[in-house]
Amino acid sequence: MSTSKFGEYGGQYVPEALMPAVEELTDAYERYVRGNEDGFMDEFRRRLRDFGGRPTPLQRAEQLSARYDSEVYLKREDLVHGGAHKLNNALGQVLLAKYMGKERIVAETGAGQHGTATAMAAAHLGMPCEVYMGERDINRQRPNVFRMRLNGTEVTPVTAGRGTLKEAINETMRDWATNVEDTHYVIGSIVGPHPFPRMVRDFQSVISEEAREQVRERAGRLPDSVVACAGGGSNTMGVFHEFVGDADVDLYAVEAGGSSLDVDEEAGVAPNSASLSTGDEGVLHGARTKLLQDSDGQVMESHSVSSGLDYAGVGPELAHLVDEGRVTPATVDDDAALEAFHRLSQEEGIIPALETAHAFAFAHEHPDELGDVTVINVSGRGDKDLESVIEESAERDLDAAPDMDAFAGGGL
Amino acid sequence: MSRIDEAFADGPAFIPYLAVGDPDYESSKAYVEALARGGADVIELGLPFSEPVAEGPTIQGAVTRALDAGMTPDRYFEFVEELDVDVPLVCMTYYNLIYQYTAGDDRREGPRPFVERAAEAGIEGFVVPDLPAEEADPLREACDDHGLDLVFIVAPTTEGDRLDRIMERVSGYVYVQARLGVTGARGDVSGQTDEALARLTEWDVPKAVGFGIKTGEHAERIVAGGADGIIVGSALVDIVAEGHEANRPVDEVAADLEAKARELAEGAAAGYAQRVPEPERT
Repeated sequence: MSTSKFGEYGGQYVPEALMPAVEELTDAYERYVRGNEDGFMDEFRRRLRDFGGRPTPLQRAEQLSARYDSEVYLKREDLVHGGAHKLNNALGQVLLAKYMGKERIVAETGAGQHGTATAMAAAHLGMPCEVYMGERDINRQRPNVFRMRLNGTEVTPVTAGRGTLKEAINETMRDWATNVEDTHYVIGSIVGPHPFPRMVRDFQSVISEEAREQVRERAGRLPDSVVACAGGGSNTMGVFHEFVGDADVDLYAVEAGGSSLDVDEEAGVAPNSASLSTGDEGVLHGARTKLLQDSDGQVMESHSVSSGLDYAGVGPELAHLVDEGRVTPATVDDDAALEAFHRLSQEEGIIPALETAHAFAFAHEHPDELGDVTVINVSGRGDKDLESVIEESAERDLDAAPDMDAFAGGGL
Repeated sequence: MSRIDEAFADGPAFIPYLAVGDPDYESSKAYVEALARGGADVIELGLPFSEPVAEGPTIQGAVTRALDAGMTPDRYFEFVEELDVDVPLVCMTYYNLIYQYTAGDDRREGPRPFVERAAEAGIEGFVVPDLPAEEADPLREACDDHGLDLVFIVAPTTEGDRLDRIMERVSGYVYVQARLGVTGARGDVSGQTDEALARLTEWDVPKAVGFGIKTGEHAERIVAGGADGIIVGSALVDIVAEGHEANRPVDEVAADLEAKARELAEGAAAGYAQRVPEPERT
């Protein structure tokens, strides 16, 4: 039986009405995911391959390799069906819900990628689905909202607080508490009560299983470093997991430094989403973890130019690995992420998600820390971010950006 | 026998809830005192947390108003100390605030500093909706050391081993959640209550039913059905919210709260009267 804790982190801090559901899910996780009962994992792998498009390539980035005078490989999760690593987890959980006999799926989403992946998985497996999304995020991520609706999912706006991921999670937990008997909550990251952090990591660890084998094949050795962006942390743990035991491989979790690492305690706002780098231990959304909070323990509003990283907490396993010194946290600010977004688009022909752009910005700022062989996880593609990139880039003086006035409609 | 036990000793306990600091510190004090005048036997005082996942929109609104008006754990304890009421007070809040609390230079990790400060302020028990029995031992031990009760919620889905784990740790009363979902006043009272009470008949701790109770008639029906007490939050918070929105004078809103409290307390008493068996005719 897997423990619910990672050191001091993790656990199950949820309302009593949800505890039986969490226990039922723990049992299902042990049987189907860890025990492959009824061939669950075989079916999951088959569907990941046929529906999801796995394995994804490990591509050598020629321009970046030349620039940094090292071998830089890109794990192309942007090529998974739906355009992000999120499908690995969503497909796993919706399939598990079916094995458990559940009849309805609920999920929350920030950037919309998890909502989109869940909507696709639910349509693929014939399950009705409702996704909660902050009103502010709905406005920032309209293409994904439309995609979810095309897949037959109901998208419900959440207006509480700042209308971002934190509030959407609260609302989804309320729905789950009300409909727990026939509904499964597909949590979108390695957060929440046990078994979610372990289960989501297991579904995502296909990324590092493939990457580890691919990099040995391509470079003839393990990498010196693996770099991934970290919001909740699912792509991060996904690409780290199989390397955690390789002590010589440095693991960098790159968080959103937003506009500043300082906090406005009075206003209860952290203008960043860097909970691994600057957060304190606390309890949020079912788990003990590192989070952005004021001195009283009230959870702060976070910020990032990337909706997908805009969350005040982080997965408990990542918090533990940071405390253990196994994972190195780093931050990249909004401007650097936008620069990296444009640079990668131009130099490699890959339009990355704004989340992913944080990982590339870190590589750009710290080339000497990467070593001779690096794997960067391209967690998702950036189509969903085009509107906010145009808007945010126009407000800034970015070296790598094209003439943003042209995007206003005049010069195209 | 704790003061909370005593509150259940002579008939059913009426347990109202308000979020402290809603809509502001002084009004909130007047409202809590009005509930005591209206017949409260125990009062649950909500310490607002920014992520109230077990609450519905009514109490979430109250929590938001209180936080916007500057409520903090230290202000909360001052509030409790200043209250002019003579009924046991239970602190209802989420675990992060308990865990994070440090008093002055006391930098020990929670939950002990919070429990010590609460006991000093006059709190006699806790309800922590996101702290299941499995994670509750540190808080239970701190409560034991200070003679405080720790109330647990039993949901309609709680069965089997979970009931045993809760029974081992609960004191004061058990909060029987009348139906699935989050808090909120409803037009009916769920039949899930009867099933829940039936599962707990062997428990030697008072059973107080909450979630969805809105009227004296609801209170009567639930107590007649076997509950030892009723917990009412959203129906009272609604009165505060409507008064705030309409900008009504504090004493008028307080009078409405007192009247509503009386209706609920009398309803509970009427329900209890129905349970006292008629003397046998000779």
